[in-house]
Amino acid sequence: MEIINLINALPGAAAQGLIWGIMAIGVFITYRVLDVADLTVDGTMCTGGAVFIMLMINGCNLWVAMLAGTGAGMLAGLATGIFHTVMGIPAILAGILTQLSLYSVNLKIMGKANQAINVNKYDLLVSLRYIRNVPIGKNTILIVAVFTVVIIAILYWFFGTELGCSLRATGCNPNMSRAQGINTERNKVLGLMISNGLVALSSCLLAQYQGFADVNMGRGAIVIGLAAVIIGEAIFGRIFRNFALRLLSVALGSILYYLVLQTVIWMGIDTDLLKILSALVVAVFLAVPYWKTKYFTKPVKHGGQDNA
Amino acid sequence: MLELKNIYKTFNPGTINEKLALNNLSLKLADGDFVTVIGGNGAGKSTMLNAVAGTWPVDEGQILIGGQDVTRLPEHKRAAYLGRVFQDPMTGTAGTMGIEENLALAKRRGKPRTLRRGISRQEREEYRELLKVLDLGLENRLTSKVGLLSGGQRQALTLLMATLQKPRLLLLDEHTAALDPKTAAKVLEITDMIVNRDHLTTLMITHNMQDAINHGNRLIMMMDGRIILDISGEAKKKLTVRNLLDQFEQASGTQFANDAALLG
Repeated sequence: MEIINLINALPGAAAQGLIWGIMAIGVFITYRVLDVADLTVDGTMCTGGAVFIMLMINGCNLWVAMLAGTGAGMLAGLATGIFHTVMGIPAILAGILTQLSLYSVNLKIMGKANQAINVNKYDLLVSLRYIRNVPIGKNTILIVAVFTVVIIAILYWFFGTELGCSLRATGCNPNMSRAQGINTERNKVLGLMISNGLVALSSCLLAQYQGFADVNMGRGAIVIGLAAVIIGEAIFGRIFRNFALRLLSVALGSILYYLVLQTVIWMGIDTDLLKILSALVVAVFLAVPYWKTKYFTKPVKHGGQDNA
Repeated sequence: MLELKNIYKTFNPGTINEKLALNNLSLKLADGDFVTVIGGNGAGKSTMLNAVAGTWPVDEGQILIGGQDVTRLPEHKRAAYLGRVFQDPMTGTAGTMGIEENLALAKRRGKPRTLRRGISRQEREEYRELLKVLDLGLENRLTSKVGLLSGGQRQALTLLMATLQKPRLLLLDEHTAALDPKTAAKVLEITDMIVNRDHLTTLMITHNMQDAINHGNRLIMMMDGRIILDISGEAKKKLTVRNLLDQFEQASGTQFANDAALLG
């Protein structure tokens, strides 16, 4: 339990947290804006990286490969959207169906369960080797932070447009949206595509960071995403009201999640137990608002309310 | 303006809950008609409005709005011609969005949603002026979340949203039923004001016979998915609740069974 080991590990944890933070922003869009828990992301979190690495190995330009990886994620979102809107399958089931399909798709993309990419042979954007002792312009934490800020800026702009507002309305009140002429089905598909595109982009960065894509790398991604969303809201919810700041709180929530995770590992916990711990933490956080209304609501005082 | 031709709708066909909700329903509204609709529970009043709005497809018949056949048009496309206010104040507005954002969404009804700003500066001023007319103090709360408003305020706002783009037809589905009497009266007053100002063709469902008599130029009563009474012009002006009940008994051959309709 050398404290120095922990300190050495924290920058890496922060970088990972930032990368997963982009995924968590994707989860925020479905879970909070569209009011849908989209389980597609467990599959998409591998698809992006898988597409990216296969293209890189075949000599593709890095940016084109990242764009293609993101596009593949959007297609996954489209699939879930079609299951949900055209075929009328409940959103959670639609996501599970796509997620399961993606397991096969990811295996077919990579040809096997795992594909590595060597940072010495390819000029990658981010890597766990680029955390310390690298020029500032190559620092992974900085680069991912820039990505995050740009993504938040674009999303902030988008959700302020006519189309973006109609997307928020769709998640808030579909009946009202249709009465106001909004095509709620199309908007749900669009939201799922944007969300899964972000998740796949995060996956491209993660594959570079860890130097490989693995068919299991997305397992439990939705739980990590939800954890980031609710940790961010629990800590910054009272001060961050603006939409851009709410997105930022999700990214910060993800970093916190990984810093805590790293600390717990350093304290010597059996790493086999990490997933159950994550799940339980998320379960408790999700239960808090429910418990609040059920057990801690102050009874309404009668009298003096005649004009309410 | 609106024409319903021989509309049929059955819910849950082939099950024990099968219900013929609209039974060869036909109705024609002239431009500027303000029609109040009454009838007991299950008479088909809301079903008729939902058929017009396109909540689900009808089994048979034709629906024309302004001469245009909309029978096969999905709900969000028909919305271009319709303004709607619902019974539940929660249904008509987006609670987590601001007052001005809700109005801006309504302002773009029937228009493509582009990547232009969702709300412009001039619009804000316009909304402020429109909200002043409601006299509810909402003009100073443009950015407040609609979820914080009272039921009456939400219904008044929904009315404003429904008429921001002049609709060919305004559909009011018992929009005062969930409000206390004082607030209901205020919302009805606003309804009359907007309908008269913009000369809107209107269908208003109400459970309150007195309201149905006091408002509009025509009154229809429904039973078992069809119209059994249609009173307009001078006859409508002379109506009383007693007189309406007598006519109902003649037309239907039964007593009016719904106590709620007698109140008020």
